[in-house]
Amino acid sequence: MKLLTHNMLSCHIKGVRNGYPFLIEVGKVSEHEADFDPDFLKHIFPRINWPAFLQGAEAMGCREGLPEAPTEAALTDEQFQKKFHHALLEVTLEEGSLVCPETGRKFPVSKGIPNMLLNEDEC
Amino acid sequence: MGKGERPEHVAPPDIFYNEDEARKYTTNSRMIAIQASLTERALELLALPQDGLPRMLLDLGCGSGLSGEALSEAGHTWLGLDISAAMLDVAAEREVEGDLVLGDLGHGLPLRPGAFDGAISISAVQWLCNADRSGHDPRKRMKRFFETLYMALRRGARAVLQIYPENHQQAEMLVAAAMKVGFSGGMVVDYPHSTRAKKYFLVLMVGTSSAVPQAKGLDGSEPEDEEEAAQVKMAGRDRNKRRKTGGGGGGSGGKGRDWVLKKKEQMRKKGYDIAPDSKYTGRKRKRIV
Repeated sequence: MKLLTHNMLSCHIKGVRNGYPFLIEVGKVSEHEADFDPDFLKHIFPRINWPAFLQGAEAMGCREGLPEAPTEAALTDEQFQKKFHHALLEVTLEEGSLVCPETGRKFPVSKGIPNMLLNEDEC
Repeated sequence: MGKGERPEHVAPPDIFYNEDEARKYTTNSRMIAIQASLTERALELLALPQDGLPRMLLDLGCGSGLSGEALSEAGHTWLGLDISAAMLDVAAEREVEGDLVLGDLGHGLPLRPGAFDGAISISAVQWLCNADRSGHDPRKRMKRFFETLYMALRRGARAVLQIYPENHQQAEMLVAAAMKVGFSGGMVVDYPHSTRAKKYFLVLMVGTSSAVPQAKGLDGSEPEDEEEAAQVKMAGRDRNKRRKTGGGGGGSGGKGRDWVLKKKEQMRKKGYDIAPDSKYTGRKRKRIV
């Protein structure tokens, strides 16, 4: 699971109001090279929830060099683009879990795939 | 599974798509070709702005990532959701570019609001019409699915869901469930006059969209690029050939004067009493009125 996905995921247990963002419990992190595409970064940037992204990056150990609150102008900086790209698309959570901030329910992540299946009483 | 039997009737999706079934989706070239062409058509119906920018898309029921590959080829980034762990394992093995999530569409999508530029789904959503566990209520599951899908999409985005409805009622039920949560749009049926090539696409829009999708083959034409269609043409050609060469008598041309003269000569040699040859020999009789 990439941080991009983490940024999009939200807890869908019925009745949960503040199921975003998931806290990450790290078991194993790996890095896969991804194609560097500045166009996509520009397109996705306004939609990234930055505090959630920073929180995820902190947990995955790739927080370094990412500014607290960047503006669109920062996107022209190649240095920033590289760091953003790396944290967003290349760092992958292989094993661990996602914890719902409201209920504390854990969704296990195994082989890089988060298991978001609910029990029948949760939906 | 026998021919004509629907997988929905065999077992729930998480059980039906086991390792064996998942393996088929990587080795069976026919399945791969069908998935790829359906995805291309879904992308066409998605009508993303033609500015060449990469988009953030959702692939519902992504399976082993065949449809996702077509999305990657078109330059988009995607997130895949599927209920079958075996299918997702195959997808991970093939190192598809999109990220994968294990989840049940009927539980709703675990996504935050307004994050996606569009969604596609190939041959998956009809599974929602089945109650596979005692607690399942298809209507509730459909409602939950469409509600959360509506939320996950940005304003002006579309969702194109290719489905295999079992009957007319099922198709109507899905459309009605989608409309109820606020989607606009409807069903696009490609090749409606063909039993084999007929394909259903549920095209849903968040808010209004100017471009109206157009179904293919409304004039009764068949798809051109399918191998089966080509085979039908071949069979037709053989039949024509047979008609021309085979068989004894009849036909519009007849045998001709030379053939008649030869036969008469043969019969004379055998000693039969045969009428003498004349200018009328081998001619067609005039029709008696």
